[in-house]
Amino acid sequence: MIETGEILQTLRMIQEENFDIRTITLGIQLLDCADADPEICAGRVYDKICRVAKNLVRTGEEIETELGIPIVNKRISVTPVSLIAQGDPRPIALALDRAAREMGVNFLGGYSALMHKGATPADERLVASIPEVLSETERLCASVNVASTRAGINMNAVREMGEIIKQTAERTAELDGLGCAKLVVFANAVEDNPFMAGAFCGIGEPECAINVGVSGPGVVKVALEAVKGQPFDIVAETVKRTAFKITRVGQLVAREASQRLGIPFGIVDLSLAPTPARGDSVAHILMEMGLEMAGAPGTTAALALLNDAVKKGGVMASNHVGGLSGAFIPVSEDIGMIEAAAAGALTLEKLEAMTCVCSVGLDMIAIPGDTSAAAISGIIADEAAIGVVNNKTTAVRVIPAVGKQAGDRVEFGGLLGFAPVMPVNPFGNEEFIQRGGRIPAPLHSLRN
Amino acid sequence: MTKALISVTGLDATGIIARVATKLYELNINILDITQTILGGYFTMMMVVDLEGAHMTFEEINQALQPVRDELKMAIHIQRMDIFDAMHRI
Repeated sequence: MIETGEILQTLRMIQEENFDIRTITLGIQLLDCADADPEICAGRVYDKICRVAKNLVRTGEEIETELGIPIVNKRISVTPVSLIAQGDPRPIALALDRAAREMGVNFLGGYSALMHKGATPADERLVASIPEVLSETERLCASVNVASTRAGINMNAVREMGEIIKQTAERTAELDGLGCAKLVVFANAVEDNPFMAGAFCGIGEPECAINVGVSGPGVVKVALEAVKGQPFDIVAETVKRTAFKITRVGQLVAREASQRLGIPFGIVDLSLAPTPARGDSVAHILMEMGLEMAGAPGTTAALALLNDAVKKGGVMASNHVGGLSGAFIPVSEDIGMIEAAAAGALTLEKLEAMTCVCSVGLDMIAIPGDTSAAAISGIIADEAAIGVVNNKTTAVRVIPAVGKQAGDRVEFGGLLGFAPVMPVNPFGNEEFIQRGGRIPAPLHSLRN
Repeated sequence: MTKALISVTGLDATGIIARVATKLYELNINILDITQTILGGYFTMMMVVDLEGAHMTFEEINQALQPVRDELKMAIHIQRMDIFDAMHRI
């Protein structure tokens, strides 16, 4: 029998500490929709998504009611579109956006290309269409993988993505560059990630799968309040215990969703995903460890402990763990990160260091609108290098704020939040980016 | 057996248990366990119930509790026990 104290703890986590299931993401393969005629392909894509996902949102809501835990997002990820688009990919983009609206999901990911070693004509067409597509669709998310530990860094793709990010920002300038919030540039992208904007259904995935992302930075913060001043051994242990409990609920939700939809369970993503709401911040966990602000000396060590303990605690709680698993450090989606950036405690360079030990990378960072494409490419190259050399997923999701300078503010609304525009190192790198080619895959012996 | 937890919280008043229990009786929901305390005038009750006899969907049961919520001005949550088992039992 469950004890009263345990019941109250669960209720408190949900009602006061913002514990929720961040997303149930249904991965759907679209390889069988391919056709030389883009319109035929688009029609098949729309029909398939509407058939496979028709009960997704309703089932999510039923589970939410029965278990008494919010399931904030129901989403869909699909096969990278460049793999099925034999001609113009834009009709497929419109079909995906329409299907997302019809199914009632807030985001659909997979307008993607995997070009870590090189690009096919289909990859090139898809990448070139991203600025237009993201400005003309509402719910579609795009991602491009430009590097991997086994292939190295495709610097041609890195160069191009700097331009594409600039163009996307310009085409959505009146929305503070919102298009760029739906565009991620990856190194070592994972195939089963349930989180947007980088979700896609990789080609190693089954026909369809249920992937669940948990959350709950507020729960971890409150748990750490009880061990104030204690050594880090205790801090790590406390995070592990909390992550275990959070993940068990994620596993339960994933199992329920899988059974009811008749779709195989894929993975639980062991994640701490913040929102701009107070009490839902990863930065505040770092502060609870004893830092005045995120970005203060010691921040990278604090984040390393947190990220590792979340995985250690969570991995025992789920049959299959995957996705991006770890602590996310988006700037605009985390009130503690927003405050730290506004106060000057957090710089782009410190964020880059933090990405060596967090779950993904530079995320939801507003940069001045006049930042050059080459500078953005340089940021992507640096981040990709961290991922490739350290055998981890890294990513860049920066938003050039057109017409704005460092210190101004951009506003995206909802889960995407708001952010101060952060300064970018002003020194040039044009010649570096113009070289193109590939940075070879790193050696993985003689490790120092 | 489909076990669920009904938690009732709010300002203390007479007849809370009676009102909730009566509604559960009307719905043919069996009460398996009750704990109740008052902390600083704040009433907290947790009931473990079996929904099997109700022959209604979970959402319908949840809706059927709405008049009790409105009348007592209490927060009444119902959720399947599975979430507590998942979190606290290996």
